Amino acid sequence: MSNRLNGEPTIGEMLAARGITRRQFLKMCGVVAVALAIPAGELGRFADAVAAAARPRVVWLEFQDCTGDSESFLRAAQQADPLQSGVTDPSLTSLLLDVLSVEYHETLMVPSGAYATKSRDDVVRNYAGQYICVVEGSIPTAANGVYCTVGGESALNILKQVASKAQATLAVGTCAAYGGLPGAQPNPTGAAGVKDAVPGLQNLVNLPGCPHNVVNLVATIVYFVAKNQLPSRDASGRPQFAYGTLIHARCERRRYHDDEKLVLAWGDQGHRQGWCLRAMGCHGPTTYSNCPVVKWNQGTGWPVQAGHGCLGCTSANFWDASSSLYNVVFHGNKTQNDCAVCHGSGGASSTSVPPTPKP
Amino acid sequence: MGKIFLPVVTTGGTSSPPPALQKIAIDPITRIEGHLRIEAKVENGVVTEAWSAATMFRGIEQILKGRDPRDAWAITQRLCGVCTTVHAIASVRAVEDALGVTVPDNARILRNLIEAVQYVQDHVIHFYHLHALDWVDIVSALAAEPAKASALQQSISTWGSNSTAYFQGIKTRLQNFVNSGQLGLFGNAYWGHPAYKLPPEGNLLAVAHYLEALDWQQQVIKLHAILGGKNPHLGTYLVGGMASPVDPSNSASITPTRIASMRSVAQQALDFVNRVYIPDLLLVASYYKDWASIGGGYGNFLSFGDFPTDNSGDPNRLWLPRGVIYNKNINSAPQPLDQNLIQEYITRSWYTYTGGDSVGIHPSQGQTTPNYNGPQPPYQYLNTDSKYSWLKAPRYNNQPMEVGPLARMLVAYAAGNARVRQLVGLVLSKLQVGPDALFSTLGRVAARGIETKLIAEQLDGWFSQLATNIQSNNLATHNSAKWNPSTWPPSATGWGTTEAPRGALGHWVSIKNGKIDNYQMVVATVWNGGPRDAAGQRGVWEQALIGTRVADATKPVEILRTIHSFDPCMACAVHLVDAENREVTRVQVEPM
Repeated sequence: MSNRLNGEPTIGEMLAARGITRRQFLKMCGVVAVALAIPAGELGRFADAVAAAARPRVVWLEFQDCTGDSESFLRAAQQADPLQSGVTDPSLTSLLLDVLSVEYHETLMVPSGAYATKSRDDVVRNYAGQYICVVEGSIPTAANGVYCTVGGESALNILKQVASKAQATLAVGTCAAYGGLPGAQPNPTGAAGVKDAVPGLQNLVNLPGCPHNVVNLVATIVYFVAKNQLPSRDASGRPQFAYGTLIHARCERRRYHDDEKLVLAWGDQGHRQGWCLRAMGCHGPTTYSNCPVVKWNQGTGWPVQAGHGCLGCTSANFWDASSSLYNVVFHGNKTQNDCAVCHGSGGASSTSVPPTPKP
Repeated sequence: MGKIFLPVVTTGGTSSPPPALQKIAIDPITRIEGHLRIEAKVENGVVTEAWSAATMFRGIEQILKGRDPRDAWAITQRLCGVCTTVHAIASVRAVEDALGVTVPDNARILRNLIEAVQYVQDHVIHFYHLHALDWVDIVSALAAEPAKASALQQSISTWGSNSTAYFQGIKTRLQNFVNSGQLGLFGNAYWGHPAYKLPPEGNLLAVAHYLEALDWQQQVIKLHAILGGKNPHLGTYLVGGMASPVDPSNSASITPTRIASMRSVAQQALDFVNRVYIPDLLLVASYYKDWASIGGGYGNFLSFGDFPTDNSGDPNRLWLPRGVIYNKNINSAPQPLDQNLIQEYITRSWYTYTGGDSVGIHPSQGQTTPNYNGPQPPYQYLNTDSKYSWLKAPRYNNQPMEVGPLARMLVAYAAGNARVRQLVGLVLSKLQVGPDALFSTLGRVAARGIETKLIAEQLDGWFSQLATNIQSNNLATHNSAKWNPSTWPPSATGWGTTEAPRGALGHWVSIKNGKIDNYQMVVATVWNGGPRDAAGQRGVWEQALIGTRVADATKPVEILRTIHSFDPCMACAVHLVDAENREVTRVQVEPM
């Protein structure tokens, strides 16, 4: 990404023109570096590489989506004190105007209709291999694509045109990554994630979540800009830095799990004291995500902190994983047959049969 | 009947006089949620016919069948990440209605608070980030004199960011951005269009607040992360109550201390509404008063009402009242709403009904069976003589009904709500227009601002109620009597309503043997954006566009102004169509 085009200003030059100091910029990169686990000693070099890069052009496509991932993107504020919470992001306005050049985004862009389509086509035509494609929402593959058209063209054809010439494609949210809710049974529209809709697409990163967490999107883009390569990914296409660890491993309620202190009814004393939610159907023990560490809305909270179990939304097919979101998926150090929660002493689903947790 | 396509170059060059009859398609309509296409017939510069088409379908009502009704809130919340939370509320209410569950007082207050915060944040985003650029010309702002912008700001508000240096900074930043040559979201827009009326300083002020509001909304919505774990898509609803515990002292719960800090965020939110949003709205409106007589539409309004003041379930105990207004009549009390009079038509929608496509069906018996007969992509125009949208066409008493902030404020006004009457009167007098001005595109913009202020003022009272409950050791947040499916009857039906920021929202559920047997949602944007019905009556947007003067049919900013005034949300419901592309807009000439 580092080669500037046509004398356009670099990221560093845009930020400098806005009065962002090197110290502030290092701080901004520091937050991302924390998420990416970049050693402190390498921060300066990392930041220099980001500053020297051209502002990446972004084409953000929306298909069978709910705009939740765009809304998540709009929550990328500056943390007032990143040292206190351990997390921060560049401010949205910086992202929009100074760091990224978002050329096409239907929810946010000014032009409509033919003029909007022109913005998209210009990037694909003039900057082939030099832009980032972000995809939000699943792609309906049934019935020749009539379940989602934009400007009279099918979602699948638009995706093929834009992603095939992108330098990298980022599928944000579980719908774009794996089909998500539209792809849940009986999948009436043949909804698929990017990988299945365009087989063989190179340089694809999945950032699932319902929605995805903007911290992980920013970290992925900044890493790509600085290193000119994508972060390492697991078998599901997810960056290891964000999806390499079970929620359960870093959950703030973990010690209560270890002590068998379990919430057994909503609003009971254990619930008010923040005990473990696994008897209420929490999917944290089977779900890979950095939610407990980066949290949401500038590190303000996350669902388990608020009091509800994790839905498991970063896993492919999580809507179909069990017959109820409240089924117990994890029995602690017991087997299901010996599990007191599953056999009558309270919990979310004492009458239902929970499925075997996936590894 | 033959159709001839004439490509018309819309960029550069001298323009020849427009043809007397043009058919245009705007697709995608941007700055909305989702995929909307509008086709319109423009005769001698006036819209004479319009078709609203949703171009995306997911089949979520089919996906819900056979699932645990306790999961439905989490699934239906994903209908929309802009109107996050609202489907969750309607869903738990529908299931609670079916099972006969009353929620504890704290759950009622928590739901009111979460929804109210959604209104305040969402309405402000709509004004600055989705709608403003139909009225504000960013390029013109480059010509502004910072000292004059400072004087203008000080003349309309006591907001602190008002110095010449501040506006010079915004202008420099904007100039740097334009000089960079990467215009991003702001490229290819209708800048310089003759319909833009604000002076350069007004435009600069709006740009400044576009940026401030981006940061502001992120702070306000932290209240959702505290109350519900995250935004979008909060994770805290339960059939029977809420999963956020309350406690006098335990920091794993919502405590009086945390409520105190949330009250301070809510106070800052109200301050921004009072000193930035409302003054900006009045400033912009004062330059566009002609829009007080454009875009009115049918004049029928419907509100389910919302924000229960107690746990009785009595519709008369809603803080924002329920009711129906016909034919702009706000001089007598609104008609009581009878949900049995709601029907959905699919005569012109890409669905089919087992009883034939010309009947209307009540949502409790609703069917969602796709039957696409439109053109295969890529296409230029839809067949608007046949089915043409993924939205159904809901009718009340066989009448099209407008829903949303204007409907709610008019129903409250007609019902005699003193604060609403006071705020409406203030806005009308500031703009020096009469009550008729409410029935318009501008009226919708004003009603949204009035509602934001009204609700932001109310937040503190709900926080106070919650704190009082906790201090008196009333800590229940969930009624678990019907949590276990073994306690349920073999079959049950229910309905739940809310007023989403965009308007009336209803869910109807039917449960059999512990599973969802049928689930239907009638959504705000379906009321407003749906197509024609069996009788050929236009949908609400379609009607509102008729008669709109369009200066340049290849740049129909006037159509966008009215469509955006409804704040479309297509994922909840459906895209405005500019059927073409590239540098040309195809103008379809039909021999008449």
